[in-house]
Amino acid sequence: MTHATTVTAGPAGGPTRRVSRITPVSVFLWGLRIAIVAVILYGSFLSISSGRLTASQWRDLLVFGISTGSVYSLIALGYTMVYGVLRFINFAHGEVFMVGAMVAFYVANGLATTSLWVGSPVVSLLIVLISAMVASTSVAVIVERVAYRPLRGAPRLIPLITSIGASFTLQYLVRGLVGPSTKAFPRMEPLRGTFDIFGLVILRSQVVVIVAALAMMGGLYLFVERTRTGKSMRAVSEDPETAALMGIDVNGTIVRVFAVGGAMAGVAGALWGLVFPSLNFFSGFLPGIKAFTSAVLGGIGNIVGAMLGGVSLGVFESVGPSLVLAGYEIPAFSQLKDVVAYAALVMVLIFRPTGILGERLAQERG
Amino acid sequence: MAQVEVPPAVVEVELRPAPPVDMRRALRLGFSGGAAMVLVAATGIVATFQERMVIDPILPLGLMFLYIVALAFGWMAGQPPQTLEGFAPARVSGRNYGAGTLAGGLAGLCIGVLVILMSVFDLRGVFVELSPALQSILTFDLAVPVAVVVIAAISAVAGALGAGIHALPTRTKKTLLPALTWVVIFSLMTDLFGQLFTGLSLDWLTTRLYPRRGGPLTITGAVIVFVVFLALHWYLSGRDTSMRQQVSAMPRRRRLGVRTAATGALLIVLYFVPQVMGPFVSQILVTAGIFLLMALGLNIVVGYAGLLDLGYVAFFAVGAYTAAIFTSPQSPAFTPQLALIAALPFVVLAAAIAGIMVATPVIRMRGDYLAIVTLGFGEIARILLNSEWLSPYFGGAQGITNIPDLQLGPFHFNTPQDYFYPIFLFVIVAAYITLALQNSRWGRAWMAMREDESVAEAMGVNIVTAKLSAFVVGAILASFGGSLYGAQIGSVFPHSFDIVVSITILVIIIVGGMGSVPGVALGAVVLIVLPNLLREFSEYQFLFYGVLLIAMMLKRPEGFIPSKRRAQELHQEEVAQDAWLEIYGEKGATGEPIPEGKT
Repeated sequence: MTHATTVTAGPAGGPTRRVSRITPVSVFLWGLRIAIVAVILYGSFLSISSGRLTASQWRDLLVFGISTGSVYSLIALGYTMVYGVLRFINFAHGEVFMVGAMVAFYVANGLATTSLWVGSPVVSLLIVLISAMVASTSVAVIVERVAYRPLRGAPRLIPLITSIGASFTLQYLVRGLVGPSTKAFPRMEPLRGTFDIFGLVILRSQVVVIVAALAMMGGLYLFVERTRTGKSMRAVSEDPETAALMGIDVNGTIVRVFAVGGAMAGVAGALWGLVFPSLNFFSGFLPGIKAFTSAVLGGIGNIVGAMLGGVSLGVFESVGPSLVLAGYEIPAFSQLKDVVAYAALVMVLIFRPTGILGERLAQERG
Repeated sequence: MAQVEVPPAVVEVELRPAPPVDMRRALRLGFSGGAAMVLVAATGIVATFQERMVIDPILPLGLMFLYIVALAFGWMAGQPPQTLEGFAPARVSGRNYGAGTLAGGLAGLCIGVLVILMSVFDLRGVFVELSPALQSILTFDLAVPVAVVVIAAISAVAGALGAGIHALPTRTKKTLLPALTWVVIFSLMTDLFGQLFTGLSLDWLTTRLYPRRGGPLTITGAVIVFVVFLALHWYLSGRDTSMRQQVSAMPRRRRLGVRTAATGALLIVLYFVPQVMGPFVSQILVTAGIFLLMALGLNIVVGYAGLLDLGYVAFFAVGAYTAAIFTSPQSPAFTPQLALIAALPFVVLAAAIAGIMVATPVIRMRGDYLAIVTLGFGEIARILLNSEWLSPYFGGAQGITNIPDLQLGPFHFNTPQDYFYPIFLFVIVAAYITLALQNSRWGRAWMAMREDESVAEAMGVNIVTAKLSAFVVGAILASFGGSLYGAQIGSVFPHSFDIVVSITILVIIIVGGMGSVPGVALGAVVLIVLPNLLREFSEYQFLFYGVLLIAMMLKRPEGFIPSKRRAQELHQEEVAQDAWLEIYGEKGATGEPIPEGKT
């Protein structure tokens, strides 16, 4: 799924035919682009030259960014794969992730009272991961069946609005079922403390998250590239009608895409609990938006792109506020962490909607 | 669509018998219905609404919700298949009732399983609402095995009743169902109708219908309401032409006359509404009016121009904050302390600038990406307003307080009843602008753009100005809503401008009908007034919105009062075609219609 795009993006993000014309809009957008780059560079210069943070603090921020970013990548895979086959943003995917995290919380809470939790943490972590995967996969498949399947071939905005409805429904169903309170993920003793890897001191939980996410993504990549099912997924995302003519079960493939995306979101939900131990019914919204940003950043429809996009966004979001905002001496700049993420989202969509690696779908969007 | 009238002489073609009701589908629906019923019980809906009676001693709302689910799934299961060309029309037979009973009974058994589980385990560690109180409501305080049988039996009967709806003649259906709906409306809107009758000095009616003041409808009351509305709807359904058709058949001059008279009558009724309704209902109407104002604005952006804006609340915030800064003495940085009316030009200016700022970067963007970018803008606005960084200008989380009331010459607007008038004045102006724009040059450009941007551009529509103008007009209408909101509440806080507001407005226009002004008005009334009148409801408001959004998109994407054009657009290829494919297409590998990639 990594073929380079055939359409070069013009300055305004549209197809090439616009490049030749200089419109007021493109002038404005270029001005905006230059201004943003200038603001970022000057801010970074100010904050680095002030020497507020030591090298090790920067490194901690970077590692933290990579670990949250790898969770974003896992969620982004669901967005990107669904976009690949159905060409629509599954807004409810953030909630699929949240359901996984919720189930992971309750399973972990249940296990924490048993001897298994302390005795064999690997086994209990696996149980937590698998139950989160099962829950998220089921939710993703049910949502597809109930809300999206009857809408094949409908105008584009309709499934999008439906997915917003699905997102709200899932959020408030979970709120109704388990209550609005914020839950605290139980601690896992063996995961506290740090690992020393080649002289780098890294929190253990972050290492686990990064390794698990990498393993899942590697597995998914092999699945999509090497197996028959993966091949049919690629075929459907290339051209569903032709794929159907070639004897591929399109609906079945779409269900499998939702299932795989859901499973990744479930893993992400369980891993999220290790990094950010607090959780409520609304916790899926923001990671969902950020994961979507990652998917676009990497080039939507592009699996490797989603992985890269997630990690870049994670790093950008964790380093960005201290690097750029602190440079301008903005008070309480950590409040603006999400603004950085949203700004990244907006800028990526405006200036490079085809993403880092380029999407194959550029021409068809619209 | 393809139902061509064939002259009688040619109808020699032998009609094939209609396919029977699918029992396996009924089985599946039974389990889905069971899942839905379990969710209704486990989210606490049953227990919360149990206190409220629909008909005083016999029908509580909580259980009604539960068994209405069974009824709905029975209705779906017992639905005769669509009549297709070459098939005889399907008749409702015992098999339909059987399917309904099966679906309802199965769904009831699922609740039975829940009851058994609740009696064996304590599930409250995870599912907070599965309390002993719920257990006693669900089981009617019977022993568990008996209760399971009783629940299944009630659900089965509800399912059969649901299936039976299909057997009713059309006129009976059109009479019976609205009359039943009115009974529910009258019993739930006790405050509204009690207040209304008191205001109209019809106290005898109040005592007849609601003997306990503010209490529910009694059996006698329910019967009265039912009979009155049954007669009314029987009369209405008996006429050949509806009122609307009659009016549009009139000659032009008379039609204008009738319309003017109707508008005048509506204005007079509106004039008396606040006095009759009292402060409580007026406050709800004021809130609904503000949402209606915003919904009319979003209707232009989404309904006319087809630009899905998920950050619309940002324009509301711009209006509220600009008005607050210009009028409040507590505004942190800049205190001109103007009157609201003098501040309005600045509000419009700020909204227009905000509209252009949002619209310019997204000019070359379509559909879903546009939705996400606007969502991003909306959230950025909220976080910035909330931030300490900008608190010297916007007051941070403390917001801006002490916003003076609206004053117009000698009139000082203070209570919700007072505010009703300016807000509805704005609503009427906004509705007028919306209607006038519909057939203007701009309106046509927007609709062309909505239908196909590339084609519209090729036909000479300037996409840049069309998008900018849609966003600017929408932003200005929302900013009016915001400034009135601030003046009425007396303060603005960033947390009032959550994404939830954007979604609520979106639900309003989708339920009512995108692009249709009466539809939007209906949507605002149903979605804002209803939840506020039913206090228990607020807890489940957003769950209801979410479900409603999905249901509308699946069953009626054009809304309840659709605009003609929009409906045409959405039903280009008629549903009957899909039905053909479902029967004749291969049920195996790719049974359902193949998704269309590029629509």
